[in-house]
Amino acid sequence: MIRAHDMGGRPAGPIPEKDDAVIFHTDWHAKSLALNLACGALGAWNIDASRFAREQLADYAELSYYEKWVAALANLLVERGLVSEAELSGEASKAPLAVKALRAPDVSAAMHKVMPYTRTNGPAPLYRVGEKVRTLPAPNAGHCRLPAYAAGRVGTIVLRHGNHVFPDTNARFQGENPQPLYTVEFTAAALWGEAAESPEDSMSLDLWQSYLEPL
Amino acid sequence: MPHDHSEPHSLLPSDPELRNRALETILVQKGLVDPAALNALIETYQNDIGPQNGARVVARAWADPTYKARLLSDATSAIAELGFEGRQGEHMVAVENTPEVHNMVVCTLCSCYPWPVLGIPPAWYKSDEYRSRAVNEPRAVLAEFGVELLASQKVRVWDSSAEVRYLVLPMRPNGSEALNEDELAALISRNAMIGTALAGPQ
Repeated sequence: MIRAHDMGGRPAGPIPEKDDAVIFHTDWHAKSLALNLACGALGAWNIDASRFAREQLADYAELSYYEKWVAALANLLVERGLVSEAELSGEASKAPLAVKALRAPDVSAAMHKVMPYTRTNGPAPLYRVGEKVRTLPAPNAGHCRLPAYAAGRVGTIVLRHGNHVFPDTNARFQGENPQPLYTVEFTAAALWGEAAESPEDSMSLDLWQSYLEPL
Repeated sequence: MPHDHSEPHSLLPSDPELRNRALETILVQKGLVDPAALNALIETYQNDIGPQNGARVVARAWADPTYKARLLSDATSAIAELGFEGRQGEHMVAVENTPEVHNMVVCTLCSCYPWPVLGIPPAWYKSDEYRSRAVNEPRAVLAEFGVELLASQKVRVWDSSAEVRYLVLPMRPNGSEALNEDELAALISRNAMIGTALAGPQ
């Protein structure tokens, strides 16, 4: 797994456009976002699958932000059988608006709707706030939300969030498999060693129980 | 831009504008997308859902200590009290800047961001540069943004790796004691609520 998207700690240049107040720089940026949201409403995939689709793009590093969004959307539409490759090549047949399609009058309500990722099922939490844990030595293959920079590191549980949908399986349509989610705080020294900018600073991540091991 | 021809998206035109138009045409023709809904989505994030919402939350927290206490103990409910809830804000946590701690938020793996209170993330938040550097050199990044930390402040970075979304509660500027909530809200920028600016006259 290349994990081109897993950028934390990589050398990089200055931050661009820091005071930028423009929401969409071009019409096609806005269109890419809107197409993604409208297609998401069809219910053929979940948020983890859409993130995974972007991460898996062969040319992830070369594509700009919204280019990733539209490329991954096209791939997902084909993978989930909503659009065929022939149709992407320009042979789409005409059909009435689907029952599940998001209609303009429903847009505001749909964007304001709360669909929590917490679940009541799944294992009980193993760790308490204040307890030290060690992360897995490396991210798991697939859509694993443990960043490489925090793998194999010791941190402290600072928040418990209940059981959350597990992205690794949800992204592959293998079920939600909810499990306890924690915020784990790491000192800069624990993450970066001698290279730490200021050893007492900290970085916190939201990590699922199976990414953690007891000390 | 060359595309990998094993992926379906390579069947679309490679020019981004033509590519989006082509995909839209296909989806509208197939009845999967209502073109009026696309416009409504764009308008929603251009006009209704943006950092003006988060500024209301922060201004209320500055003006009302009991609201601030609720915000810090259960941000999702406290923010919903003001009518801000929905997509990408399902599980909110508010983190308070103090003379001891300066908080900043990033998503190193993608672009997770609290949409109901801040809207669509700015380009810099989604940039490779910010995603790469915010976790290993946050102080250098803050200096680039012009943020001057107090000697007493430790930096806490929150990397949004799950569906929890973070809102920074900036420190209330000195001299703002007499201001009402509307006047306070005008002191609170988007970047201040991400942690890459301090609150103050804009």
